[in-house]
Amino acid sequence: MDFSKLPAILTPDLGLLFWMLLAFAVIFFCLAKYGFPAITNMVEERKKYIDESLLKAHEASERLENIKQEGEAILQEARDRQAQILKEAAETRDAIVEQAQQKARAEGARLLEDARVAIDQEKKAAIADIRQQVAALSVGIAEKVLKQSLKDDKAQMDLIDRMLDDVSTDK
Amino acid sequence: MKQLKSICLLLMVAFLPLSLYANEQEEEKLDIPEIVLEHLADSYEWHIASYQGKHISIPLPIIIRSASDNPGQKWFFCTAHSLPEQFFFSKEHHGKIYERVGGEEVRPLDLSITRNVLQIWIVVALLLVVFLSCANWYKKHDEKSNAPGGFVGAVEMLVMMIHDDVIKSSIGEKHYKPYAPYLLTVFFFILFTNLVGLLPIFPGGANVTGNINITFFLAFCTFLAINLFGNKEYWKDIFWPDVPIFLKAIPVMPAIELFGVFTKPFALMIRLFANMMAGHAVILSFTCVIFLGWSMGVGYGLGLNLFSILMLLFMNALELLVAFVQAYVFTMLSAVFIGLAHQDHHAE
Repeated sequence: MDFSKLPAILTPDLGLLFWMLLAFAVIFFCLAKYGFPAITNMVEERKKYIDESLLKAHEASERLENIKQEGEAILQEARDRQAQILKEAAETRDAIVEQAQQKARAEGARLLEDARVAIDQEKKAAIADIRQQVAALSVGIAEKVLKQSLKDDKAQMDLIDRMLDDVSTDK
Repeated sequence: MKQLKSICLLLMVAFLPLSLYANEQEEEKLDIPEIVLEHLADSYEWHIASYQGKHISIPLPIIIRSASDNPGQKWFFCTAHSLPEQFFFSKEHHGKIYERVGGEEVRPLDLSITRNVLQIWIVVALLLVVFLSCANWYKKHDEKSNAPGGFVGAVEMLVMMIHDDVIKSSIGEKHYKPYAPYLLTVFFFILFTNLVGLLPIFPGGANVTGNINITFFLAFCTFLAINLFGNKEYWKDIFWPDVPIFLKAIPVMPAIELFGVFTKPFALMIRLFANMMAGHAVILSFTCVIFLGWSMGVGYGLGLNLFSILMLLFMNALELLVAFVQAYVFTMLSAVFIGLAHQDHHAE
């Protein structure tokens, strides 16, 4: 088959093939080594980086959520604790007041008792004193009376009668 | 107002050939198929324009190795104007260089930097500038910096679109890594060649991907990539597929499958070639319609001018799309075929 009778664009041409091979080898070598890998690798790396960043962002937001919850929990705990402390404080206060009152009451009672005892003692002392004085007085009077009136028998007898009457009526 | 301006521009372009028409009347008849084929073909110089019979073109180096047996000079470096005497541009062979050896016409080894070769190297330089400047950006940044914007960002988007949506999803997560640089290179090489080929003047315009040699080379690379690294499953599917035994005893299915091994890259080759060649041919034809119209008369000229301008606008826009689609399809089908050669065991 005579190719050279075909139209020019269909004719095999060794020179053109040779140069095409050379040119394509050059361009393939250069681009495959320096051109495309730079672009595709970078895009790959960028994709990886973005994925990682996204993952990190997710993690961070999760952690933030956790922290928020933790904070909430801590806050809640603090609030509970505060309430508890307040309650305890109130209880302690009440207890202290109660105790103080009791103490005061007891002290009061003791003081009252003391006072009563003292009063009793005073009273007793006073009564004893009065008794003594009355006794002395009555002895004195009796002496005087006796000294005055017991001059005669009659009078002595009257007196003795009276006294006897008194004693008997006293009985 | 804006519309008025563009209408004026359109009319100016439409009337432009009127002045040219006046002094080109004596030219011979237009042979449109010949013009189109000539523009589609490779050539030894880069033709830019012809004005009043003078051709403005960039001379390109011709490198040939003589096919004759005489022990004298073997290699020749020259341009189209200083071609040694034993060589000539053969009219029957699309203007390719032939050598006279003892009354016979022989094709010497021709490694000339032709228009297509130069175009390929321009594309190579363009690709190197684009991707190495981008790679430079990546060298200066690490993955923690912002994604690139502007030009680097656009390149990254395009690369990653092909890398992720075409290569990774067609070949599969497990095996795509070693093929990605090759397929990306193929995609960008085809895309840039197609786009540069759409430029009408010097740094572009050569019909590179519409030349069967180029698409043959690309398809052959894909053929190697498919078959050199195909796994056991792939070869078993070819020579011992899961079909009834009588289809294998007389090797009907293996024959068909083996045929399929070659038709796949062949289809790739023809698809890219035909699409790009046809696009160029249509654009060139519509351009020729302008000259054809003016050679028939002013009325035809004006009418066909408007018509072909509109069609050219449309075709160029369409070719932009086709340039991308063909690069995309070539890469995707290559990736799919490579993926088929790496299938894991069938889940029956």
